[in-house]
Amino acid sequence: MFYREAGDFSTSYPEDSQTFPIKFDRIRYYIVLAIAFLVVPFIINDYWANAILLPFLIYAIASIGLNILTGYCGQVSLGTGGFMAVGAYACYKFMTAFPDLSMFINVILAGVVTAFVGMLFGLPSLRIKGFYLAVATLAAQFFLVWLFNRVPWFYNYSASGQINAPEREVFGIIVTGPNTAAWASYLFCLIFVTFAAIIARNLTRGSTGRKWMAIRDMDIAAEIIGVNPLKAKLTAFGVSSFFIGISGALFFAVYLGAVEVGEAFGITKSFLILFMVIIGGLGSVFGSFAGAAFMVLLPVALKVIGVDVLGWPTDIVAHFQLVIVGALIIMFLIVEPHGLAQLWRLAKEKLRLWPFPH
Amino acid sequence: MSDQFLYAIEVTMNGLMAGVLYALVALGFVLIYKASGIFNYAQGVMALFAAMTLVGIMDGQVPFSHLINAAFGTKVHHFGWHVPALAAILLTVGVMVALAWMVQRFVMRHLVNQEPIILFMATIGLAYFLEGLSDLMWGSEIKKLDVGLPQGGSLWIEDMTSGLGSDNFYGFFIDNLDIVAAIVAVLLVLALMAFSNYTKEGRALRAVADDHQAALSVGISLDFIWVLVWSVAGFVALVAGIMWGTKSGVQFSLSLIALKALPVLMLGGFTSIPGAIVGGLIIGVGEKLFEFALGPMLGGATENWFAYVLALLFLVFRPQGLFGEKIIERV
Repeated sequence: MFYREAGDFSTSYPEDSQTFPIKFDRIRYYIVLAIAFLVVPFIINDYWANAILLPFLIYAIASIGLNILTGYCGQVSLGTGGFMAVGAYACYKFMTAFPDLSMFINVILAGVVTAFVGMLFGLPSLRIKGFYLAVATLAAQFFLVWLFNRVPWFYNYSASGQINAPEREVFGIIVTGPNTAAWASYLFCLIFVTFAAIIARNLTRGSTGRKWMAIRDMDIAAEIIGVNPLKAKLTAFGVSSFFIGISGALFFAVYLGAVEVGEAFGITKSFLILFMVIIGGLGSVFGSFAGAAFMVLLPVALKVIGVDVLGWPTDIVAHFQLVIVGALIIMFLIVEPHGLAQLWRLAKEKLRLWPFPH
Repeated sequence: MSDQFLYAIEVTMNGLMAGVLYALVALGFVLIYKASGIFNYAQGVMALFAAMTLVGIMDGQVPFSHLINAAFGTKVHHFGWHVPALAAILLTVGVMVALAWMVQRFVMRHLVNQEPIILFMATIGLAYFLEGLSDLMWGSEIKKLDVGLPQGGSLWIEDMTSGLGSDNFYGFFIDNLDIVAAIVAVLLVLALMAFSNYTKEGRALRAVADDHQAALSVGISLDFIWVLVWSVAGFVALVAGIMWGTKSGVQFSLSLIALKALPVLMLGGFTSIPGAIVGGLIIGVGEKLFEFALGPMLGGATENWFAYVLALLFLVFRPQGLFGEKIIERV
């Protein structure tokens, strides 16, 4: 009824090539933005922020980052946790070295540092492909975690080996440390998510993204039609690591506040984000959000059902969660290898014809 | 001979023994990869699952007892019998075969003709599923596994070699279990080679590995071969699970040895059984010697990453591994 392009005429090229060409989509997008920015901050409380919204936003940035690398450029990476750790530790070093710097700049600088580290570990991707590359990125994962554990300079020689986020402000509002208001940390993350999504969407629509997809679909053929594989792969690693670094910095500074690297950024984190990308949909920005939401909500929902409703011990519920996550991943790969994003696309196709499908 | 040199030899020998254990896990990977082109990430969890099942059967634990107790408020834990080790191992092999059949029937059959990366991710899902399942079935606490293998340092080797160095040198310390593991690994490889060279099923297996369609057209059932391959991989996982489980207890970290097997595979090449053994030995010796020589300088625990970085550097120069088939790409 509402969702169709009939009567929606574009009279100029920019209008025709905009991100959401269908009016209904566009309006929905602005409504979602308006609710996220103008309504949620007033009704948010600590439980919602810490249990659902903050992890969702932060993981969404990370899965956008990994989606660029794996979904758009076809380079499977199992080093996401390690790169998030780079972002977190870079952010920590900037926060402690320049106490007066705005937190925005700290986080972005952390992203830039991670981008360079990511490109460094992306270099072997020029010779190593497929599985071999996936395993090679494990080298990044284990080496980086070890490095942050063993070199005291990174954690400022603190006795516990942990890093703790000191209190930092943006325009006079505290966004890190224990005294942060829920709405402040939520808005701070939301701004990064919004920009990450807009940048990712436009990069992947443009020539950069087309080059990545050409490399993904067949790298030799892409080379022949004039895509420079060195440039395409390294930009993918760079942009992807930039986002992952930002999410690592936010994960440490805004969400957790204190981090022990092996626990927070271990190999399980890499897999978690890979699952978000698979379940959400490879090669889709919306999919990154859907996957992140799914993987954040699933444990919360299972915990509510298992512990609060059925009264089972928490460890059994935790094991059930593993079984369900594993089964869901297999099910998704069998039923819909393109994930939630594809289901959404199909739903939209159906909506266009509804209520007269024939 | 100086003591330092003797210590280095001891470290090398221990590294060789550890390498054998890595190779055991890597072997399971190679088997499945050769026959079906699937990179089975769940191999390590299969080892964990096999070891847990073995302990559970030996102790007469009731499967899913925690779950049953939580759901119905009962208090069942054990059947109250103890199964002898050999019978329990045979039963566990049966469980692994059943598991292989289920994996083939419910997962892999639906994913035929998908891209390798999708299959890889499916096995990651399988790994999570199995991990949760084995915890649900047998509980997640650390268990002791004892099937009667000798353990502890070998006194004989210590006595024989203590005269080599000065008075401070007490001889080489080598765990008996490692020696057993090495012997078992050698026997296993010989048995696998004999199986694939001299039996009808083994030859069918090699045919499938060479070319799926050609194998199909001469009347080899792919379904059967894949169940067979997953069963054999399950058996190898059981052997690896017994060795590692006896060494360090049956617990979650057992599944992480799968990650250690990955660099082994990259060094040896995904498609070569001898490659898995040689790669395992190189990684085992390499990481122990590196830790011995440079570990104290770098702050220790270099074993966590050495294998991966070595494999990474190696791959840059030889992308198909030591013994892997040369990768030829055509447009």
